[in-house]
Amino acid sequence: MTKNEVISKVNEFLVDEIEIDEAVIKPEAKLKDDLGIDSLDFVDIVVIVEKHFGFKIKPEEMANVRTLSDFYDYIASKVS
Amino acid sequence: MRRVVITGTGIYSCLGKNLDEVAESLYAGKSGIGIDEKRIEYGYRSPLTGIVERPQLKGLLDRRLRVGLAEEGEYAYMATVEALRNAGIDDNFLDNNETGIFYGNDSSAKAVIEAHQIAVEKKDTTLMGSGAIFQSMNSTVTMNLSTIFRLRGANMTISAACASGSHSIGLGYLFIKQGLQDIVLCGGAQETNYLSMGSFDGLSAFSICTDEPTKASRPFDKNRDGLVPSGGAASLILEEYEHAKKRGANIIAEVVGYGFSSNGLHISQPSPDGCIRAITMAMRDAGVQVSDIDYINAHATSTPQGDAAEAQALDRMFAVAKTPISSTKAMTGHECWMAGASEIIYSALMMQNSFIAPNINFETPDEYSKNLNIVAKTQEKKIDVFLSNSFGFGGTNSALVVRKFENTNSI
Repeated sequence: MTKNEVISKVNEFLVDEIEIDEAVIKPEAKLKDDLGIDSLDFVDIVVIVEKHFGFKIKPEEMANVRTLSDFYDYIASKVS
Repeated sequence: MRRVVITGTGIYSCLGKNLDEVAESLYAGKSGIGIDEKRIEYGYRSPLTGIVERPQLKGLLDRRLRVGLAEEGEYAYMATVEALRNAGIDDNFLDNNETGIFYGNDSSAKAVIEAHQIAVEKKDTTLMGSGAIFQSMNSTVTMNLSTIFRLRGANMTISAACASGSHSIGLGYLFIKQGLQDIVLCGGAQETNYLSMGSFDGLSAFSICTDEPTKASRPFDKNRDGLVPSGGAASLILEEYEHAKKRGANIIAEVVGYGFSSNGLHISQPSPDGCIRAITMAMRDAGVQVSDIDYINAHATSTPQGDAAEAQALDRMFAVAKTPISSTKAMTGHECWMAGASEIIYSALMMQNSFIAPNINFETPDEYSKNLNIVAKTQEKKIDVFLSNSFGFGGTNSALVVRKFENTNSI
């Protein structure tokens, strides 16, 4: 899976399944402060990532993931 | 003395998705029973059920507020939106007036089973998702509705089997009467999925009259062969009279009596004495005599034993007065945890529109029902006071007396 495919798929589930406003989805957006993703949303993101990308997010690997750009990189690193 | 009035009602059931549709079905004697093919494959003895369409809440509610709602919670949301609307209550009111919630619910089986299946398959509880816990608990309806509508008063679920909805109204009534709350959202919710009723079907308690589903539920009829499970949700706004009057609310009816009892006997077999104790307590609380009751909405579910026990109780109390009786379960099936609340709404609709909804399929009386005045066809009738009975597994009994609201009633 290419990085662009990862970005496109992540953006798609954030809009369709987490129902985040498309207008705020930008690479520099902070997951918590800008996208409003809370701890409960994060549990659902783990479920969705497992469904779409076939791996389980480990919370400890997400320690330095703050922005959407970081998140794309993390997913890409797991599926490349 | 603080009086307790009903200022809003909302319903989502197999008879319709709102008050107007349901009133029409009740008057027409229209059944909401059908067949769920999935039940046959699952191993049910009976595939009969009330047919309730699942509401689509996407677009109505934010995702965070939706993911914790189990099926019965979705029904309860729909019923509550209607109840609040016709009570004239909006978000601003709820933010500025402490409102309580007592809601009847006694299972959330589908949510529990589906979460379990994920764990079995994936060996990872995180993959159950964030909503599983909030959908799975018995208090799922109250925890979700109180969050969605930002309720800040008393907040709890009443789990009392098939009397849950009735007790929720009884407790809301008592809290208001005692001065602990001015306004309470009450009701009952019942899931209708095939996962929720298998163990009940396993007792051979359900009708197997599959050739004619609309004839399967036949309370008090000699040829009844069991109940038909059903569900949905019913919501009522109970309010202290002066509070309702001050804000110019439309008053639908007044709750004047609540009675309860426990049989203390068998876990599933009913008791005429237990029924009589609850009914007598409710009538005493209401200050009414047998001759004051214009209509009885019976609990009768169409099971051989349950109907016989209630018929004996009603025979001992009302046979001489020939009080009109019907069980709306003939049309709805048994709405279980919801029934005690929905049947107050069904009866209030009859009271508002001056008719008695029929106990359809009552064709041949049995030895217990032969002396009762069971209304088998829709009857035009002015109703000033009605009694509604609810009885549940474990011998929990509840009875409510509701009076048409008159401004001139003495206080």
